[in-house]
This record gives sequence, structure tokens and C-alpha cells, in this order.
Amino acid sequence: MTNVFLAQADIEAPPIDYAAILPMLIILGAACVGVLFEAFLPKHQRWPGQVTLSLLALAGAGVALGAYAGDSPERGVTTLSGTLAVDRPALFLWGTLLALALAALLLIADRSVEPGGAFVAQAGIAPGTVQDREQVGSTGMQTEVFPLTLFALGGMMAFTAANDLLTMFIALEVLSLPLYLMCGLARRRRLISQEAAVKYFLLGAFASAFFLYGLALLYGYAGSVRLADIANATAGTDRSDTLLFAGLGLLLVGLLFKGSVGPFHTWTPDVYQGAPTPITAFMAACTKVAAFGAILRVLTVAFETTNWEWRGVLWAVAIVSMLIGAVLGLTQTDVKRMIAYSSIAHAGFLLIGTMALTDEGLSGTMFYLLAYGFTTLAAFGVISLVRDSTGEATHLSAWAGLAKRSPLLAGVFTFLLLALAGIPLTSGFVGKFVVFSAALSDGMAPLVVIALVFSAVAAFFYLRVVVLMYFSEPAPEGPSVSVPGAFTTAAITLGVVVTLLLGVAPTFALDWAGAGGFALGS
Amino acid sequence: MIASSWLLVAFPALGALILLLGGNRTNAWGHLLGCATVIASFVYGLAMFFADSFAEAADTTVYSWIPVGALQVDFGLRIDPLSVTFVLLITGVGSLIHIYSIGYMAEDRDRRRFFAYLNLFVASMLVLVLGNSFVTLYLGWEGVGLASYLLIGWYTDRPSAATAAKKAFLMNRVGDVGLALAIFLMFKHIGSTSYAEVFAGIGDVSPGVVTAIGLLLLLGACGKSGQFPLQAWLPDAMEGPTPVSALIHAATMVTAGVYLVARSAPIYNLTEDGRLLVTIVGAFTLLLGSIIGCAYDDIKKVLAYSTVSQIGYMMLAVGLGPFGYALGIAHLLTHGFFKAGLFLGAGSVMHAMNDEVDMRKFGGLYRKMPITFATFGLGYLAIIGFPFLSGFYTKDAIIEAAFGQEGWRGWIFGGSALLAAGITGFYMTRLVLLTFFGKQRWRETTSADGREFHPHESPPVMTVPMIVLAVGSVAAGALLISGDTLAEFLVPAVGELSESDHGVLPHALIPWLTVLISALGVLLAWTLFGRRDTPVERPANVSWPVRAARKDLYGNALNEALVATPGLWLTRFSVFADNRGVDGAVNGLAAGLGGGSGRLRRLQTGFVRSYALSMLGGGVLLVGALLAVRYS
Repeated sequence: MTNVFLAQADIEAPPIDYAAILPMLIILGAACVGVLFEAFLPKHQRWPGQVTLSLLALAGAGVALGAYAGDSPERGVTTLSGTLAVDRPALFLWGTLLALALAALLLIADRSVEPGGAFVAQAGIAPGTVQDREQVGSTGMQTEVFPLTLFALGGMMAFTAANDLLTMFIALEVLSLPLYLMCGLARRRRLISQEAAVKYFLLGAFASAFFLYGLALLYGYAGSVRLADIANATAGTDRSDTLLFAGLGLLLVGLLFKGSVGPFHTWTPDVYQGAPTPITAFMAACTKVAAFGAILRVLTVAFETTNWEWRGVLWAVAIVSMLIGAVLGLTQTDVKRMIAYSSIAHAGFLLIGTMALTDEGLSGTMFYLLAYGFTTLAAFGVISLVRDSTGEATHLSAWAGLAKRSPLLAGVFTFLLLALAGIPLTSGFVGKFVVFSAALSDGMAPLVVIALVFSAVAAFFYLRVVVLMYFSEPAPEGPSVSVPGAFTTAAITLGVVVTLLLGVAPTFALDWAGAGGFALGS
Repeated sequence: MIASSWLLVAFPALGALILLLGGNRTNAWGHLLGCATVIASFVYGLAMFFADSFAEAADTTVYSWIPVGALQVDFGLRIDPLSVTFVLLITGVGSLIHIYSIGYMAEDRDRRRFFAYLNLFVASMLVLVLGNSFVTLYLGWEGVGLASYLLIGWYTDRPSAATAAKKAFLMNRVGDVGLALAIFLMFKHIGSTSYAEVFAGIGDVSPGVVTAIGLLLLLGACGKSGQFPLQAWLPDAMEGPTPVSALIHAATMVTAGVYLVARSAPIYNLTEDGRLLVTIVGAFTLLLGSIIGCAYDDIKKVLAYSTVSQIGYMMLAVGLGPFGYALGIAHLLTHGFFKAGLFLGAGSVMHAMNDEVDMRKFGGLYRKMPITFATFGLGYLAIIGFPFLSGFYTKDAIIEAAFGQEGWRGWIFGGSALLAAGITGFYMTRLVLLTFFGKQRWRETTSADGREFHPHESPPVMTVPMIVLAVGSVAAGALLISGDTLAEFLVPAVGELSESDHGVLPHALIPWLTVLISALGVLLAWTLFGRRDTPVERPANVSWPVRAARKDLYGNALNEALVATPGLWLTRFSVFADNRGVDGAVNGLAAGLGGGSGRLRRLQTGFVRSYALSMLGGGVLLVGALLAVRYS
């Protein structure tokens, strides 16, 4: 069977290029070992074991990626019978995912901010019961969260490299299912956390159905689920365009959902707010990267020739997303919800870069993903530190006058907000600059104008928080700022340093992002 | 010296960094370091000014900032007469104001942080004027905006300060969008944003685009420089400490818009419509500012509207194109001296009067504060255009150039500039009379916090900078204008200064006409305020022009109608469309402070079914639109 495929595809590659997919194998393998750890390690050894294993896996995958990327072929390779394309964009996105996951994992592993960690000690206990109150005070945690994170990460890596729609769908499920579960694992406020998990699951299933339906229609259109075959089919004219565009539309709904692009964003604020903050950080940074990586690949590889038909429609989607994010962000009173709406606005900006099917658009969007991921991750790290007796104090009124109590934390958060707003010398400015200039040179000037206006509007709600922190009197019974442990400190520092570095000297990252295009043939 | 000109920026930037990161450890000597860095930059600038020649613009690349495919944005500096002029103004006046702040902020426990912000401001402002591309300029532009925002909101115990800071930031953002769009337009049509390439390539761009770029740049300039219709934030910005008002909101940052237009001279030279709009904005704003300045009793707000009006003069001048670039810059420099001096004088008065700003509570202060009175008086004479002081030369030159236009333009621009000169005489005389002369009204009243007034002269660390600035106010105009010193120096940057020979009024007449009109204004003010006593309470029953002026000639109302109200409706509409937002906000307020998962659960009012429905709706629309596009 494999031979038949290969003969059709007319390439001479080994069936499995282990070197190319080694990073992904390491992550997924470590996830399986993590499950075994859960089964066989005594309880008190699980946390150190899992943390060590996860960090080693990330480091190992990073080394494998670095070793392979050093002399990877310019146009990339397809492997596993052409189901995975390991090309330069995939390598860049893998690197981004691994780095972001490292920072997120540090947040997840932290046990000093919330004694025992941000995760529930025993997920089986019903919320609100006596046992539940006891577990809040205990020091244990469900260490399954570590293998779950690795599984999700492996799924994300496969998602960005998937070269056919079926593989992409499986990767989508692999990345989504652990996330649903992780959302419901908060130690405190468990009802809201579980509600978030159920909502995310139901809506995610709904979106998956869209994706699958779109996949089926596209298979009906092209007779193949391969991205390259769909591209070839669109070049001919004897097929039903209804199937093509209906399929594309449904496929996009599933993808845009994952990227929390408006109007498919509805889950975002609720889930971001309800999930344990380290998981929110992981989702906000890594899921965004995976989703937009896949959108980039699908649009560029499979649908480039039809871009005149879909581009106008995606214009509207981008505008709606920016509008929803920027305008509704203004009325939010919860800092996690606010960042959620910010992520919806950013999804709109990202979509603009995605639509420009040029090299600049590709590299600009990927750079934006890298920059945005670190900034938002560090922002959630900071959010996890502002606490009162009931846990995190995410209501904005609790942040009043924070600069007086903790000038360093307020300074860091201000810097991150400025980056989200796109002020120069932060990565946010460079990201917007490269994405907008790519869009401009691809003839999307009106959209860039609209985007600039919305980024000015969005700046307002970031500013609100800065005003609150610096220019308001602190609330008398306000929250205290926890002294972060080594893990959280490392994660926030990493995020801030990258945000600054990409703002001041973006050359390296831009060079990497622009190193090459998608593997088109196969 | 030019090769290491990045040191100019590095000194204050390093100062800001040390003071911000050093924390309380640097409290003891923080203010001294803050002054030292700016003085170091000033000395370096001065040395460069005397050591080097600036016949040609020297671009130095510090490092490559954003390399995106075809677009290379380098972090580079351009040393030419225009930027060197600004460097000397910023660091010179900046040094004096830093020194003054040692005394003014002596009792503020966050004085170190104040100097950190001031240093940050100076560094950003230097980036703004030294950058060799529009993107570098934008970097400085946002930096000064940030520093200004932090400093306006300095007094955190006043809610009005936070509001003013927010307003300044937002109105500046409106302008920034214009500037950003102009930059993107340049990139699109010229493929570069560096001055050298933009100015070289602008000739090949279609006239419509050039005009669009000119207008968008003007929008940016209006936001930063407090020009109509974005002027309303500047008077509110007076909530900041007075040295900030002097440095940022009078002498340097707010003139960045004038710098932008002058720097973009090659663009504006190609677009007559763009220039015309700049002059209209300038002429309108200079009248508007001077009229509102007559109505306020708050000494700093009067000075702020005076700044709005004076920048209007500069805008008018640079809008005249080759007839006016150098004149606008000259007025910018002399204004930098005398307005900074006036603000420092006002600060000195406030320092003596328990931070009171209501002039109706002042009066007769010249006996108590002779040095402040003398320096303030010289600044006053300079701004009203007293013969042979600074304002006389630079303002008259602008009025002359305005009258030098052909036909109706000459009459309108010249006429409004002339009229505003008279009004300037009026409101400045009123200010001086109410503050320094007349009955000592402060004896009968107390400050807002209930303390009695005990006015006293300020310490030398404050008066010495005031004296230096006063000397500058007296002498700068003659130095800059006589023999066209400045105009010739600036030739490499903005081109030759042209003299118009078809003016609507004879040249020789205009200076004396201006003096006459100003004198009439002074006389009127003296009749109204010098010869009678001023009531301590503000009269409520006043004629409609005064009412209108007290309401800022409805500038805020206009901004609200144009920007805020549509924004509000958009928000309401979106929230309506997404009703969860409202519920979330309302319930969030209720449940936010109370803990407990049961109550917090109410935050989640969104139903999955409605979310799913909106997704379905979105999906149907998306598919429908794709098909519609295909089959239409």
C-alpha cells in the first residue's frame, strides 16, 4: 500500500524519516512514559518524576530539533507516506511550541505560589463538599497534568506539520482532548473550572464536527484528503465548486475555532477564565500557534489558487474578530477575560498576516505567533501571582494601586501590556509591523487601516489596567502579591526577556521565520 | 563626534535605567544622576555643534532593527542642522528644568522615580529628533507619549490626574494612527521609511498619495502638538508637576508636531493642499488657544492655552512651506525659552502658595517674590512681543510671512495671527496683573486644604534656572533672526528661506502694527484688571463669549461628538450583540469581591447552546459568503 502511494507521489524518500520527526516522537514517547509513572511511582515521587521527565523531554526534543534543523533540506521533506510535512515553517513552529511549552510547563509545575500547585488534589471529589475543602488545603496534586500537557503538545506539533486533512483531524483531537480535561483541574473555584471544561468540550466537539464535515466535502471534491491533491484539483475546472467552497468554509470554522477567531470565539473568555491559570497560559500561547500554523498551511498549500474567492470572506472574519476583541475587551472587569478578548483581537491581526500568501506574510505571521505567545504567557504568569485569601484575585478592582504594593510586578505587567498594545521596543510592535507591512504589499491596504484603528482602540483597555495599577488608591483589603517560586520566576523572566529581545533585536527570529516556505509538492 | 552621536541618547537612557532598576537604593543621589546625564548630553551636543560642520546630513547606522524581506529598518541617527538645533533645545532647557526639579520636587518621596521618568522622556525625545527614519521617529514618538502619560498622572491622589493622563494618551493615539498610516503608505509606495530614501523617492509618487501622506502626518502632528481638533488634552495635562508642564508640555514634546512637518519638508513642498491645511489648522488653533486663554483663572491652564496658541503660530509658519520652515523653528526655540521660563515662574508661585493655581487668590506677589517676578516679567514681555525681545522677532516674522501670502490667504492668515497677538497681550497682561499686582487677595483666603498662605521666594536651585531662561527669552530672538542666522544654519535640512514679495501689506509696516495691536490688548487688560479689584470668587453671571471660552470653545464637546460618542455606541452595540458581556460585567462587579465558587459561578452566564448557535450562525454565514462570492 505504502509503495503504491509513493509511486503515485513520485518521490524517493524513506518511508519514515525518523530524524525529521524525532522531536515529536520524543514528546509523545515521554507522554506515554509519564502515564506509566502515574501507574507505578509512589505518590510522593510522582511530582518530581513527572517534572524531570517533562523538562528532559522538552530539552531532548529541542536538541533533536536543533540538530535536524541545522541541515534540513530547503524545501522540507514529507514522511510517513506523505502525511507529515517537516519543512522550514513546521520546524519554526515546532521550535516555538517547544519553547512556549517549556515556559508553560514551568508555570504548571510551580507549587510555591499556590501551596501544592494550581491543580486539584483529587479530581474525583465533588466540588463544595467537606472533602473538597480539605483538598484545597492539602499539598498533593493530580500529576496527570504533565503527561496530558505532553500529549497536547505532541498533537499540536503534528497539527502544524499535518500534510493531509485526516492527519490534521487526528492531531486536532490529540491536542484538544487533553486540553478539555486540563481545563477542569483547578484546585480552587472548581465549579467554574469544570464548567469551562464542559463548555470547551461541547463546543470543541461541535467545531470538530464542522471540520470533519468540511473534510468529507473536500474529499468528495478532490477524491483525496491530501492538501497537495486538493490544490491540484482546484486547478481543473470540471468539478463542483459548491463542494469545494462549502468544504473550505466548514473546514475553516473548525480551524478558526481553535484559533479563537471571532465569531467562533465564544468559548474563549469563559474557558480562559475558568481554567487553572497555568493551563490558560498554555492554551493561549500554544493552541494559538498550532491553530494558526495549520491555517497557514491549509490556505497556502491547498487553497492558494482560489484565494480570490475566499480572501474577501476572511477579510470580514478578521474585521469581526478585531471588532469583538477590541470593543468587548473594553467592558471586561476580569483580567483573565480581558486577556481573552485581547487574544481574540490578536487572532484578527494574525489572520491578516495569514491571508497574505507571500513569504513576508508567512514569516511575519510566524514571528507574530512567537512574540504573542511569550508575551501572553508571561502575562498569565503575572496574573497567577496576584492573590487573596480565596485564590487568584482576577477582578480588576483588586488590581487597584498594585504599583504601590509591588512596583516590580506592576512594572513587568505594564511592559507586557505595552507589548500587547504594540508599543515600539517590544515584540508586539515588530510583530504588528511585519504583519501589516506584508498585508500592505499584498494589496490589503484598507484592512491594514482598519487593523490600525482597532489596535488603537485595544490599546485603551490595556491602558485601563495600567491606570488602575499606578494611578488608583489601593483597595484596603486588597490582594497580596505572592513571592513567586523559582519556576514561575523563570517562566515570567523568560517571557519578558523574549518580549524585549524580539522588540529590540528581532533579526534572528525574523531570519529563522523567513528561512523557507511550505513543502508544496509530494 | 558625529560617529558616536548615539551617546546623546545613551546618557539619559542609562540614567533612566539605573534609576528605575536601582529602586530605593538610588534615592539619595538619584536626582543628581538624573541631572548629570542630561547635562552630559547637553555638553556633548554643544561640543558637536562647535566641532563639526553640518553642511550635509550625516546618517549613522547604529544597528539593523527590523529586516523584513525588501524592507530594512535600521536604527540610525541623522545629524543635521535641524536635529542638532533640537538636541540643544531639549538638553539645554532640559538640564535647567532638571536642576529646577531638585528644588521643586524636594518634598516628594518619589523624587528618584520622577527623575527616572524625566530621563526616559529626554532619551525618547532625542530618539524622536535624531532618528533617521520615520520608524525611528515613531519609536521616540511613542516613548515621549509614554513618559508624558506617566508624568501627567504623577499625583496619584488626584483622580483628575489619572483622567487627564488617560485623555492625553488616547488623543495621542488618534494622532499616532495617522502617523502609522503615513509610514505604511510611504513603505508601500516608496519601499522604505528612511528619510534619505523617502525624500529621494517622493517625487515619483502620485500627487494624491503625497497629499494623503501629508494629511496623515498632519493628523499625527495635531495629536502630539495639541492642535485643533485634538487640542483638548494639553490643558488637562497641566495636572502633572509644573517642571513637567514646562519641559514636556511647553518647550519640547508638544513641539514635536512642528518638527515632524519641518522634517517632512520635501513631502510638504510637493503638496500645496497639504500645506494649506497645515496653515489653516495653525491659524485656527492660534486664535482658539488665545481666546480660551482669556477665560481661565487657573494660572497653568492659561499658560497651557497660550502654548496651544503659540504652537499654532509655529504650525502656521511651517505650513507656509519654504517661506516659513526656518521661522517656525525659530519661534519654537524662543518659545522654548520663554514658555519654559513662564512655567517655572508659575511653579515658583505655586511652590510659595501651597500649590494653589487659582489666580484670583494671588495678587500683589511682586513684593514677596522679586526674582520670580523679574524673570516672569521678562518672559511675559518676550511672549507679548515687546520690541527687541525674543517674541518680537520670531512672532513678527511669522505674521509678516503670513501677510506675505497672496490674496485672501494673506488677509486671513495674517489677520488672524495679528489678532491673536493682540489677544495674547490681553490674557498675558491679565495673568501678570492678577498674580503679581493689585491687592494681596491671598491674605483673606486659604488654600483648598485649609492652610494660610505664606508666600516666600524660592530657593536658588529653582531661581537660577529661571534667571538663565529669562536671559534666553530676552536675547534668543535677536540672535536667531538678525542676519538670518538660524535660517542659514538650517538650509541643509529645510531648504532656503524664501522671501515673499507679493504681500498684501507693506513689510515695514507689519512689526509696528503688531506692536500696536499687542499694546491695545495690554491696555484693555490693564483697564479691566489693573484699575479695579478682582473678586476672589469667580463671577458666574457672564456673557456668552466668556461662557464659551470657559468651556474650551466646546473643544471637548467636539471631541466627544466625533470620537467618544460613536465609540460608546459601538461598544453598546457590540455588547448588545454579545449579551454575555453585559452580564459578565454586571455580575462581575457584584461577585468579584465576594469569594466562593457558588457566587463566582454566576460570572459564567453564557449558555453553551447560545454559543453553539452563534458558531453555527457564523459557520452558515462563512459558507454562504464563500459560495456567494464564487457564484456571483
